[in-house]
Amino acid sequence: MRSEQICLSQVKKIFSIGENKVEALGGVSLSIYSGEFIAVMGSSGSGKSTLMNILGCLDIPTSGNYSLEGLAVEDLNRTELADLRNTKLGFVFQGFNLLPRTTALENVELPMSYDRHCRIANPRKSSIEALRHVGLENRLNHEPNQLSGGQQQRVAIARALVTEPAIILADEPTGNLDSHTTLEILELFQRLNREGLTLVMVTHETEVAEYATRLVELRDGRLLKDEAVLTPRNAEEDLKRVAS
Amino acid sequence: MKFHKLIIVALKSIARNKMRSLLTMLGVIIGVGSVITMVALGEGSQKDIENDVVSLGTNLLMVRPGSIKSGGVRGGAGSRPSLSMKDVSRLKQSATLLRWVSAEVRANGQVIAGNNNWNTTITGVAPEYLSIRNYQIATGSFFTHRDCKTRAKVAVLGKTVADELFPNESPVGARLRIRNVPFMVIGVLAEKGQSSMGNDQDDIILAPDSTVLFRLSNGKFVNDISASAVSSEQMDAAKAELTALLRSEHRLTAKDEDDFGVRDQTEIIEIATQVTGTLTLLLSSVAGVSLLVGGIGIMNIMLVSVTERTREIGIRLAIGARPFDILAQFLVEAAILSLFGGLIGILSGLGAAWAVGMLLGVSAVINPTVVLIAVLFTSGVGVSFGFYPARKAANLNPIEALRYE
Ligand SMILES: Nc1ncnc2c1ncn2[C@@H]1O[C@H](COP(=O)(O)OP(=O)(O)OP(=O)(O)O)[C@@H](O)[C@H]1O
Ligand SMILES: [Mg+2]
Repeated sequence: MRSEQICLSQVKKIFSIGENKVEALGGVSLSIYSGEFIAVMGSSGSGKSTLMNILGCLDIPTSGNYSLEGLAVEDLNRTELADLRNTKLGFVFQGFNLLPRTTALENVELPMSYDRHCRIANPRKSSIEALRHVGLENRLNHEPNQLSGGQQQRVAIARALVTEPAIILADEPTGNLDSHTTLEILELFQRLNREGLTLVMVTHETEVAEYATRLVELRDGRLLKDEAVLTPRNAEEDLKRVAS
Repeated sequence: MKFHKLIIVALKSIARNKMRSLLTMLGVIIGVGSVITMVALGEGSQKDIENDVVSLGTNLLMVRPGSIKSGGVRGGAGSRPSLSMKDVSRLKQSATLLRWVSAEVRANGQVIAGNNNWNTTITGVAPEYLSIRNYQIATGSFFTHRDCKTRAKVAVLGKTVADELFPNESPVGARLRIRNVPFMVIGVLAEKGQSSMGNDQDDIILAPDSTVLFRLSNGKFVNDISASAVSSEQMDAAKAELTALLRSEHRLTAKDEDDFGVRDQTEIIEIATQVTGTLTLLLSSVAGVSLLVGGIGIMNIMLVSVTERTREIGIRLAIGARPFDILAQFLVEAAILSLFGGLIGILSGLGAAWAVGMLLGVSAVINPTVVLIAVLFTSGVGVSFGFYPARKAANLNPIEALRYE
């Protein structure tokens, strides 16, 4: 029933700094099916962000193939990649990457201003809705430097959600959040996942990974582990338990 | 990204760095401003000269002795006396396309009236001269054909001469001596003022042609002949007729060159405006160079801006901005900067032209075409000098841009 949404085969990424060559990814093959919620783990420097950047069409592999919903990504030009990022993918960066001196609402609206097809009928309304989703409905006109790290992270999540992408790629989305907010974000992710969204989330914490449906572990740019989570935890229930 | 959004983004970024934007625009402001000022003043003084020459007379043809084409060992125009009263009579009798003809016989000399004296030029002319040169009589009267025939010793003074010689009394009816020849003043000319070339058109004395010719000059040759064609359309025909008549009067054969030269007002205007034209061109090109420097200033600031905003560009690219969107964003910003600069430049240029014009007594003529060209040129400068930095921004790799510190 589930279709293969992403297929990586023998993907390598080599960074060369002068003479030195760093192999960030050393031949990763991975299939992701629509509706999966994948947690990517691994020690620092194991290539998680590099993998996410390639999945997010922000970077291209040195070798190997990447097909996204049947499209061979390495054959696309810069404009086509931009359109893909705009319509199909939502990216939550490890370091927020919000526009400075720009309000939360404007930051969330930004991706839609680059959408040629105006898929979202009312950008303003959808942006407010997305910010309400992440619990920031009363911070609409705050600029990033007037928000806490966790709040900035949630604005970034709202920005990734608002375009209704097919896949959300989140690089340590809960890294800066306290356990309660982490649970709230996980609850949101699980809800979106149940609605059919594919999620790939990098995390350091085993606890957080337990909410996903599949766990992938990297070491030195190679797949170490790739297994289903047999009984994922339910964030909604955990939230209720914390509240009571 | 939609165009109006691009403009809003550009305006925000310009407003964020007000001082820097102003300094960037300064180059364009100075460039456009000086171009506008120079052209306005240049065209204004050209117009002034044209008006002056037109006020010299209506459908004026001026004949000078000697060849106009000076070359070889011959002297310049007017160096060889060849015009005489006989030529004037011939033209008066035979020309059909000339309404009025008058000789001009000039003599310089000391003019004495009572205790006052003044050195000026006395011009001997026919009564028609008044009409040919658009002079008006202020007080008294002008001399007649009879006066010319009888070599009457009467004179009509320009305003300057009248003021110098008769500061306290009315000159009409007074006596004066020109090189010891006694004259009676019968009239004073209305004031004409200074010409744009700076000579005082009221510093003259007019007297009957024969009087000046025989009493104050050599008795043979006249300096110039002024004539007025019947209409402006007939100027060329009148010029041809005049030339033919003088050639036959001088018994020139077909292979002889003209021993006189005829000029009309258009030619006089051309000669007079050549200098101001060259000057305007020179000053405008200097101003144009400053516009170029202004453009380079814009490029410089845009390059700084691209470097400074590398992360921002990375974020925009990462969330789906096409390279073209980034290119357009920086181009629009550069165009707005230079267009703003251009508009301020136009306003200050118009102001400066007006102020300098007032100060120097030159009129400033605002040419809408020049203003339009200035606007187009400045936006062109903005776009072309903004292109390199904008393309640099658009070609950034999203990940590298995001990692930029
Ligand atoms: N642009 C780059 N140039 C050179 N080397 C790079 C570049 N990006 C990543 N690397 C190298 O690739 C390896 C993997 O980096 P990556 O950022 O993917 O790690 P990570 O798993 O995300 O680590 P962390 O958990 O600390 O975020 C590292 O050794 C890093 O030094
Ligand atoms: Mg990382």
